[in-house]
Amino acid sequence: MAVTDRASPPSQRPAERSSPALPRRKRQFTVRRGLGLLGFLAPALVFVAIFTYYPLVRGSEMAFKQWNLYDLRHTPFVGLANFKTLLANPTFYTVLVHSVVWVVGSIVPQLLIGFGLALLLRRRFRFRGLYQALVFFPWAVSGFLIGILFRWMFNGEFGVFNDLLRKAGLIDTNIAWLADPTLAMFSVIVANVWYGVTFFTIMILAALQSVPDEMLEAAALDGANKVRTLFHIMIPFIRTTLLLTVLLRVIWVFNFPEIIYGMTGGGPAEQTHIVTSWMINFTQAGDYGLASALGLIVVAVLVLFTTFYLLALRDRDAR
Amino acid sequence: MIDKTTLPGRVVRVALLALWMVITLFPLYWILVTSFKEPGAIAAFPLRYLPHPWSLENYTSLFSKAQFGVYMGNSLLVSITAAAAGTLISLLSAYVLARFEFRAKGALLLAFLVTQMIPAFIALGPLYLLMVNLQLVDRKGGLVLLYIAMCIPFCTIMLRGFFENVPDALEEAAMVDGCSRLTALFRVIVPVMTPGIMAAFIFNFVNCWNELFLSVTLMNSDSNKTIPTALNGFISSFNIEWGPMAAASVLTIVPTMVMFALASRWIVQGLTSGAVKG
Repeated sequence: MAVTDRASPPSQRPAERSSPALPRRKRQFTVRRGLGLLGFLAPALVFVAIFTYYPLVRGSEMAFKQWNLYDLRHTPFVGLANFKTLLANPTFYTVLVHSVVWVVGSIVPQLLIGFGLALLLRRRFRFRGLYQALVFFPWAVSGFLIGILFRWMFNGEFGVFNDLLRKAGLIDTNIAWLADPTLAMFSVIVANVWYGVTFFTIMILAALQSVPDEMLEAAALDGANKVRTLFHIMIPFIRTTLLLTVLLRVIWVFNFPEIIYGMTGGGPAEQTHIVTSWMINFTQAGDYGLASALGLIVVAVLVLFTTFYLLALRDRDAR
Repeated sequence: MIDKTTLPGRVVRVALLALWMVITLFPLYWILVTSFKEPGAIAAFPLRYLPHPWSLENYTSLFSKAQFGVYMGNSLLVSITAAAAGTLISLLSAYVLARFEFRAKGALLLAFLVTQMIPAFIALGPLYLLMVNLQLVDRKGGLVLLYIAMCIPFCTIMLRGFFENVPDALEEAAMVDGCSRLTALFRVIVPVMTPGIMAAFIFNFVNCWNELFLSVTLMNSDSNKTIPTALNGFISSFNIEWGPMAAASVLTIVPTMVMFALASRWIVQGLTSGAVKG
């Protein structure tokens, strides 16, 4: 967001900004320098253009075609037929609702736990570095593998989760976590919460550490207790980071099928699918037309959400 | 500070930190324990919280019954190559984006950011066709190319943050002394930024090592599979064998976990420097 802001102040003579020390030399070699810069940028641009943007554009095109991997000779333009097929499918609406449940159910606990952990980690203590290195480890593991680990722990027969609950006296008989639609949805969300706390902790911790100590000391001198300091000083100070982190995470979690794919494969009976994990079904069937149409719907939903989110923030700020 | 922590406050703090550590590490502990049980003891009551007796059978069967050594080798080769090339290319682009102002800069950064937010599945079909045309399907080189492209956007954004912490007086001085810009970059700045560059490399490596869907789509012969593709085969079979599955999971997690722990400080800095400022 602000990354683009930084570039937008229109500097008429851009060459002058980076180094006022050598203005004359810079201006003389503008063309050459321009080519030099392009040389530095070219490899990155070529890779991203060929292997990311080209397929994205072609993929968006497929959304309007009948396009099946197993029938490549017959790929006619079909207008909005793919979208109509999707909208006529009742599973589409289930999956959309599940996506919202998945996002809200994951992000809210992630934010709360992540915030709490960041508060605990804010002040230096012995072994903090080691503690962070250990506790941030989920980051190094793929969502797919996390799905597999939790699939094993939530196993209805030999899962350790049931065993712990029985030992604690909370249940008498094993629960088939991944066989019941509601429980399965709950289970994948538990796994995702566990996985995503780290990201919030890292972001919020960094933001909290930017709160000047003098501000906190002044608040303490004025007799503010910890709760008041938190709500009236810390949270307002890091508000922007919080709101942007939530936005980025909503987009990311919405697009994140790996845990579900590894843990339930969308089952039982397609009841744990979110939009992007459901999409995998279409790509596996080779129906890229439908998959792309679904992908475009995802993009549209996310763009709409982002716009409203940012507008709502701006309105609140204006008031 | 007035509120030097009170004793009860400290106890609560330590207890909460310990609780979260247990919750975080438990899945790792459980997969480790499972992997060292005898195959017959995995699905047996009562559940044991330490293997009894300890056994390496799950590991040995991975290498004898499945070609897990081959998959690991492929994953290593592809991930190291792609992460190194991706880091190098991103280093150049990040340098330009950190040091110069030009008209397309905002658009360029936006184009990089957007790639992080679009569901990758839209691109999967055309990407497959493109690789067919380039005759790169089921070739490790093809996967490397795709992974380089996958690494570049975020790695560029991350390295750009590190460059901004290095004063540009440094390379200006070197250039006054007659270095070209490229030489100045590699002789003067890269040495100063080594920790950041290592973090970027590790971040890329972990992403490539973990990548699933591109590899599943492109690599179909057994000798070319990477670890995630192989794991995908394991869980797709009707009856999952949890012993070898656990062993394979451990072998997948441990390398990246160690690398991450070593570089966590720098990775955290790299992740946050872009975001907090932005």
